[in-house]
Amino acid sequence: MRNITLSQAVNEALAEEMRRDETVFIIGEDVAEAGTPFKVLSGLVEEFGTARVVDTPIAEPGFMGLAVGAAMTGSRPVVDLMFGDFIYLIMDQLCNQAAKTHYMSGGKLSVPLVLRTNLGATRRSAAQHSQSLHALVAHIPGLKVALPSSAYEAKGLMKTAIRDNNPVVIFEDKLMYNDKAPVPEEEYLIPFGEANIKREGTDITLIGTSSMVQVCEKAAEMLAAEGISAEVIDPRTIVPLDEKTLIESAKKTSRVIVVDEGHQSFGITGEIAGRINEKAFYHLDAPVLRMGAMDVPVPFSPALEDITVPTPEAVAENARKLMSGEMIHAA
Amino acid sequence: MAKSKTNTEDYLTMYRQMVRIRTFEDNANQLYLSAKMPGLTHMYSGEEAVAVGICEALRVTDKITSTHRGHGHCVAKGAEFKEMFCELLGKEEGYCRGKGGSMHIADQSNGNLGANAIVGGSMGIATGAAFSAKLLGKDDVTVCFFGDGATAQGLMYEVMNMAALWNLPVIYACENNGYSEYTRTDEIAAGSITARAEAFGIEAHQVDGQDVLAVNALTQKLVDRARKGEGPFFMELMTYRYHGHHVGDINREYYRSKEEEKDWKENRDPIIRFRSWLVEEGIASEEDLDAMNAEIKQDAADAVEYALNAKYPDVSEVDMHVYTDIEHALARDTA
Repeated sequence: MRNITLSQAVNEALAEEMRRDETVFIIGEDVAEAGTPFKVLSGLVEEFGTARVVDTPIAEPGFMGLAVGAAMTGSRPVVDLMFGDFIYLIMDQLCNQAAKTHYMSGGKLSVPLVLRTNLGATRRSAAQHSQSLHALVAHIPGLKVALPSSAYEAKGLMKTAIRDNNPVVIFEDKLMYNDKAPVPEEEYLIPFGEANIKREGTDITLIGTSSMVQVCEKAAEMLAAEGISAEVIDPRTIVPLDEKTLIESAKKTSRVIVVDEGHQSFGITGEIAGRINEKAFYHLDAPVLRMGAMDVPVPFSPALEDITVPTPEAVAENARKLMSGEMIHAA
Repeated sequence: MAKSKTNTEDYLTMYRQMVRIRTFEDNANQLYLSAKMPGLTHMYSGEEAVAVGICEALRVTDKITSTHRGHGHCVAKGAEFKEMFCELLGKEEGYCRGKGGSMHIADQSNGNLGANAIVGGSMGIATGAAFSAKLLGKDDVTVCFFGDGATAQGLMYEVMNMAALWNLPVIYACENNGYSEYTRTDEIAAGSITARAEAFGIEAHQVDGQDVLAVNALTQKLVDRARKGEGPFFMELMTYRYHGHHVGDINREYYRSKEEEKDWKENRDPIIRFRSWLVEEGIASEEDLDAMNAEIKQDAADAVEYALNAKYPDVSEVDMHVYTDIEHALARDTA
């Protein structure tokens, strides 16, 4: 199988879906000739023209709201939000309008819209271009949330998102755009709500999202060398969440660490840990551990920024503590 | 009254629709006062010529977006009393199965993309509907209804900019009723309302919103031009809201006088004015119009009675319609 970058994978997904369905269009800042600052969309405007690859003014609420209306009336917009941090600017259109329209209309109106944006720190971009804000939107009923962990997931989840009749928010890890992974030449889709067991294990479960899947895999390698068998699971979508796979793994291994790049408090790690506690309590030999980003704004200085996100070393260290029983008495 | 080329049937339809809105609102107000309606609602009474003058210039396939004060738009775009009262009372047979209520009433069968409880919240949606029409090669026009209060929202300027850049078939219809909730518009809006649109190169008109023929004549021209790709356009419709901000806003002398209200109701009422014109022009007799009023009154009474006795949605519907493809959102996959 060929290897392509995550960026190429997203580009292919969009091109394939735009060829398949003429109602699909891309809208956002510098998406056409510029192809976005990350060059993810390069070449699309040449094939599909400016009517379907639409450069907007710098007006996030405006083009997000426009996309909601377009989605309600027969089009399938893919909104490009240049940085995940800008999601605060579009919260009314995303959470009050897009998320609730189907429900408020008793099922009569729908909003088949994809919001493409990104997450991820350690790019030396400081507090307003580095956040991982997927928990904010996962909190809102009516939105689906996908977190691709490689080029393979990025393509398959994007194609599924575009065909979904609900608003879907996809967060790509902006540090992974140049990472290559095997991606089939032939068409494939990845269904929402199906977790991927990346590595099977028996002693401990490491649940990682997005960029943290790689972190968990590296931690699992380190642990394997020490005789600890770690299972690594990528939920791939957090709404809907494949609770069944996560809970079955928790019951099997009896120990779980949930790793996510969003802030730890009130976030994804706590939600998943809570569900495992509710449904696998008697099978657990240790408390489910949360590892998120530090509850601080993302600092600029590399010396500070690098310690704010979970690392393979930190995950492995916590896994050793859980295995030794240390965490049970930690409190 | 302004001259128009529409025929007798159109005039009577406009009269009927204005009376239907007024009658609907009188009944809705009574439902609130008699504690039969959950929550609050915002009355459109006094502004009927705006919704009717505009919607009578639209096709069924044309779209509108509406506001928290949206019953008038909904009726004018073709909605039925029964489904509307059912929605106001949270009943299963309401337009939104009781999930939206007064502030979210939508009727997609007639192109009403829904009322919006966020002031100015639908401006993006309306502009997007116009974008969609252009992208998909349809000649639908979208009218975005909003109040003077919404002109303070930034979203309006963002989407007017894009609509003007891309010549979208959207008409921004600002219903200037003089009050932004409990505050006079001149206290919250600097400069001219129409100049806001003109700054983007959008042709803007101010029109007497109490004159249904003037509103209709202007809208017909603008809709025809928007259909041909000459949009967007902006209309400021000078009107008045008879009730307070909502039905519970009873004591309002701290922001407007009873004399002012009396003047608008007695001297500028859109229904009284149009009725006099119809009779003077020999289009209808007083008796004809009285009969029409009585028929509408009876329709409304029947619809209210029906809605009061209609059933609520089953509690199992609470987690339905969260997603299009998940029947019950809370029925989680469990281990």
